[in-house]
Amino acid sequence: MSGMVWFVLYLAAVAVGGWVFRFAGQTATGNKPFFRDMPLAVAFGYVLGVTLAILAVFYYFQPVMTEQGTPDAGVTFFRWAVQGLIIFAIAAWVFRLLGRNIGTAGSKKLFRQMPLTASFGILVILIYAFVSIFAGVIAPYGQEEIFQQVNALPGGNAATGGNPDHILGTDQIGRDLLSRLIYGAQNTVGIAFATTLIAFFLGGSLGFLAATLQGVLDQVLSRAVDVLMAIPSLIFALLLMTIASAWAGSEKWLLTVYMVLIIAVIDSTRVFRLARAVGMNIVVMDYIEAAKLRGEGLGYLIFKEILPNATAPLLAEFGLRFCFVFLTIASLSFLGVGIQPPLADWGTMVRDLSQFINFAAFSPLTAALPLMAAGAIALLTVAVNFVVDWMLYRSSGLKE
Amino acid sequence: MNSVLRIILQRLALGVLTLFIVSIVIFTAVNMLPGDFAQAILGQGATPEAVAAIRRDLGLDQPPITRYFQWLGGALQGDLGNSFAQANFASFVGDDSGARTTVAAQIAPRFANTMFLAGVTAAIAVPFAVGLGILAALYRNSAFDKAANVSTLSSISSPEFFMAYILILFLAVLNPILPSLSNIYDGMPFSERLQKTLLPALTLTLVVTAHMMRMTRAAIINLLASPYIEMARLKGISPMRVIVKHALPNALAPIINVIALNLAYLITGVVVVEVVFVYPGIGQLFVDSVKIRDIPVVQACCLIFAAAYILLNLTADILSILSNPRLRHPK
Amino acid sequence: MQDDTSRLLVEMRGIYMEGRSDETWTPIIKGVDLTLNKGEVLGLIGESGAGKSTLGLAAMGFTRDGVRISQGSVHFDGIDVLRASAQTKRQLLGKRIAYVAQSAAASFNPAHKIIDQHTEAPVQHGVMSRSESAKDGMELYRKLRLPNPEEIGFRYPHQVSGGQLQRAMTAMAMACRPDLIIFDEPTTALDVTTQIEVLASIRQIVDEFDTAAIYITHDLAVVAQMADRIKVLLKGDEVEEADTRTMLAHPTQDYTKSLWAVREFQRPAKPPVNTGATPVISVQNVTAAYGKIDVLHDVSFDIHEGRTVAVVGESGSGKSTTARCITGLLPPRIGAIELDGAALPLDYRKRNKDQLRQVQMIYQMADTALNPRKSIGEIIGRPVQFYMGLTGKQKRKRVEELLDEIELPADQYFDRLPSELSGGQKQRIGIARALAAEPKFIICDEVTSALDQLVAEGILRLLARLQDDLKLSYMFITHDLATVRSIADEVVVMKNGEVVEQGPKRDMFKPPHHAYTDLLLSSVPEMDPDWLTNLLKERGVDNIGDAAVEKMS
Repeated sequence: MSGMVWFVLYLAAVAVGGWVFRFAGQTATGNKPFFRDMPLAVAFGYVLGVTLAILAVFYYFQPVMTEQGTPDAGVTFFRWAVQGLIIFAIAAWVFRLLGRNIGTAGSKKLFRQMPLTASFGILVILIYAFVSIFAGVIAPYGQEEIFQQVNALPGGNAATGGNPDHILGTDQIGRDLLSRLIYGAQNTVGIAFATTLIAFFLGGSLGFLAATLQGVLDQVLSRAVDVLMAIPSLIFALLLMTIASAWAGSEKWLLTVYMVLIIAVIDSTRVFRLARAVGMNIVVMDYIEAAKLRGEGLGYLIFKEILPNATAPLLAEFGLRFCFVFLTIASLSFLGVGIQPPLADWGTMVRDLSQFINFAAFSPLTAALPLMAAGAIALLTVAVNFVVDWMLYRSSGLKE
Repeated sequence: MNSVLRIILQRLALGVLTLFIVSIVIFTAVNMLPGDFAQAILGQGATPEAVAAIRRDLGLDQPPITRYFQWLGGALQGDLGNSFAQANFASFVGDDSGARTTVAAQIAPRFANTMFLAGVTAAIAVPFAVGLGILAALYRNSAFDKAANVSTLSSISSPEFFMAYILILFLAVLNPILPSLSNIYDGMPFSERLQKTLLPALTLTLVVTAHMMRMTRAAIINLLASPYIEMARLKGISPMRVIVKHALPNALAPIINVIALNLAYLITGVVVVEVVFVYPGIGQLFVDSVKIRDIPVVQACCLIFAAAYILLNLTADILSILSNPRLRHPK
Repeated sequence: MQDDTSRLLVEMRGIYMEGRSDETWTPIIKGVDLTLNKGEVLGLIGESGAGKSTLGLAAMGFTRDGVRISQGSVHFDGIDVLRASAQTKRQLLGKRIAYVAQSAAASFNPAHKIIDQHTEAPVQHGVMSRSESAKDGMELYRKLRLPNPEEIGFRYPHQVSGGQLQRAMTAMAMACRPDLIIFDEPTTALDVTTQIEVLASIRQIVDEFDTAAIYITHDLAVVAQMADRIKVLLKGDEVEEADTRTMLAHPTQDYTKSLWAVREFQRPAKPPVNTGATPVISVQNVTAAYGKIDVLHDVSFDIHEGRTVAVVGESGSGKSTTARCITGLLPPRIGAIELDGAALPLDYRKRNKDQLRQVQMIYQMADTALNPRKSIGEIIGRPVQFYMGLTGKQKRKRVEELLDEIELPADQYFDRLPSELSGGQKQRIGIARALAAEPKFIICDEVTSALDQLVAEGILRLLARLQDDLKLSYMFITHDLATVRSIADEVVVMKNGEVVEQGPKRDMFKPPHHAYTDLLLSSVPEMDPDWLTNLLKERGVDNIGDAAVEKMS
């Protein structure tokens, strides 16, 4: 309970600090509009931000080892996080700088208007694409290769139970974790990408068809989608996976194929909704009416008149859908009914390695293993979302 | 007022109809299982008599339509059938007449636990998210807004188990403030129960807050561009009053929708989070039943999740109809 | 009005304003001075993009998001508005300076009752208590001749019509008895018969309380009724300023003169049509419905070769629905459409290519009428290829001819996208697309109403020339009687889905009329500054606008 008291005291102190800060600013600058018109809440925000920044810096420079000689995992993790953030920020900045100076006039302009988050997103997506395409070349070992040494600790230091051949150690049955992490990119990302493509093909074509033809077809499809969307997607996927697992029997790879199809169908309902809505907005335009009155056929209407105007929202939706599919597959794998072994995948790895988290106090690197797999998932979705966010912002033309 | 009532009744009827069709979809899906449940339960070595007995016992010898209406009728009265796992166990030991756990008995306590978890989460997340959303809209494009944007986007993007393990790492392993396992039992004192539920609830809060906050902010900012907000500002009203008095009443419908959507999303999120924290809720039961193919339980859980989902969306629909002055006060 | 410093209310000096587009700030207002005395009404006129609204708001010290005042000063009654604190500024807004926006329907908060919004400013500024202000509001409603002044305030905005809302907003602006009201195109969104009512009441109340006002509009005739002085803006620059009568009688600048001249374009009258000639399009006893509700009732009229029939009426009168019946988008429930004496299938999907080709359409909003992803060459080339079967070089040649026809140099425009063109140029592309089908008959649906007057004039002249060259027949849908005067041969007046009156133009502009036509014609503002005064004297306040329409039915 004393924690709460301290927290409230801290906030009160910040509030007082905010008032003092504003008053000092007003006196020092001779009542410049910036300080004069500053609400107390804003001053509070400034002081809060500054104190938090000071606390963070202070914590960062705490010793990594405690007085007892054991590692202080909190500080270690915090340093890793800060260092990672700085490295990525610099990489994104350099990447954007490169983009601004290399390429066509159009791409240069694109990079000039790009926020750092978006260039970070693009950079990360490129890295993931590279790793998943060339996983076989990059990974030191095969994903199914089993070694003698079981449960080697990460770090490669033989004195602490590691093995220099396996930088991140091995799992319970002796497979190299670094290789599995790299192959995980290929499997998890590749399968999610394929699933999204199928979902888009299915939902997109039906959606545009419904928007253009309207009438009975639209009614039937829309009602069907309404019903399918009334069941939460992960729950529905789990239900169907139960049945699929019975169908697949002992053929594990078949179950993965079923999973792709199931998720594609479930997600295509969301794509349908969007494609139909986007299509509807375009169909009411006068130029579509002009084309209809000219006597144009359905194919021309959809491919030449509607589709070119729907690319921006569809592309953004593709990014969002991909994240959703990717997370659903990871969740299914985490629950044990997704991508099947021996294929390496991040969701399953998190589940298998999750107990390592309890070793945090002794070996921070070991505890980081499950977080690495989970973080790999998070990093990609964050990256895609950053890019999509920027795309939506651009296409909406909002200046706010 | 009459037309509002009619719209609401229409929505209610539509909701019931949807639920009915969803139950058909679930039932049909389950009946697409290959072979026979009884065979699957007893395994390859079972005698034909035993299989037939189980079939009769579970009502599997009836045609699908009859079974569907039996199941639906039972479900409406709170009888969701018997768990296969228990039937299997009973017949294996040869004690066929013994007491057998019904699905309802299995689900009921866990359902209460899940509702408790969802309730705690909602109680933290909704005010937090809406408050932050309003602040972000008020101070849009400030450093605070940008930081909130980046961090919420990150937290939406992260899988639930990532959030869960990060919280476990910092709040349970490194700083033992909260327990990482949520072993809840009946008759536990409320404060202890709350403490054990806090970590899963915090995880879910992180997941849903981000989305709710972004949507609240977007809903308000969307309105800030409208002429009547400009009019309010040109009347010389303070910025806070402009937001609270002029933007918020009109943003209610989208905000209510977002809250309902996210509470509905909790249902999905609850599954993963319950597994991570070994929380004895309906989500964990569902996943366990999926793994051992305990069909009646899977079916029942699915129906409950879908019903909750439909109910929440329906509530949002009705509330946003009620918040619309055009509908409340027709011409 | 004496040039006395104690009368001075607003003084804007050397105002430069910029708006953000992409990354750069582009100038919107380039050094404008403005002075306004107490009790004086200044008309700010200019075309769209002239910066009149921006300047009007700047007089309140207010800028919209993405706009800033880069230079200059604004003094309101001695207060330096631009340097004042947010607090001081807020105390001016609403209390001493009020604003009346273009769209009252959008500017009233849909969530609150009208009276609650009325009393908000007085209560917040501590001018009056809530009940005092509410009582005062009802008094103002009565003065503005709103129906049921005691009761109307307790309605929600969506329960009140547009013209009434606009008056309620004027009342709201008056709530604190401000020294200055900015009217930002308050009647642009209204029908002419409603507009006149609002104009009359605004003028009366501004006179009564001796309030100063800045009246922003693009309509010269309107500003002539309202303003004591007129300032003309062009693309952020001041063109000239003079008191109203001088300005109307003797404009000094070329731009102002050209604005005045626009209203004088008129085509020579054509000889009457031979009786017995087959009309190009014949609408016969058409009754059409959306769903179950009939929106057109027994509409009949003919359109002959080389003639323009203007279909006139206010919003909701069924003009556009008639066009939809002719094109076949809305098959009529009863009646027939004939092309050259032969019946057209009612549904466009049942018409053959040649029938579709003969009836073309030009739309009001050029923005939504052209596919933004297609180049000009593709847009015009498609009907050339589709109907004429031309491809490759021949197609290109034909498109270039068509671009010549609409007076746009082909080599410059062929590869451009619609977004790179101005509104008038887009409208020309729409015309070229219709011409590409080589039709007999073109429906022009409010083609000039989204354009500035000078540009609209150019489009009308182009359409007239094309008609003479190509023997085209036009159905000209419009609500603007000035357009009717300049281009129509025959006029059809519609109201509530029925044809009220039809005949040759010269008969239509001469009495006697059907009562509704009369009202419509008399409601169109004229350039004469005494027009409104005379009209009110002649007809009385109760025989104009919606009140008169109600009496009729």
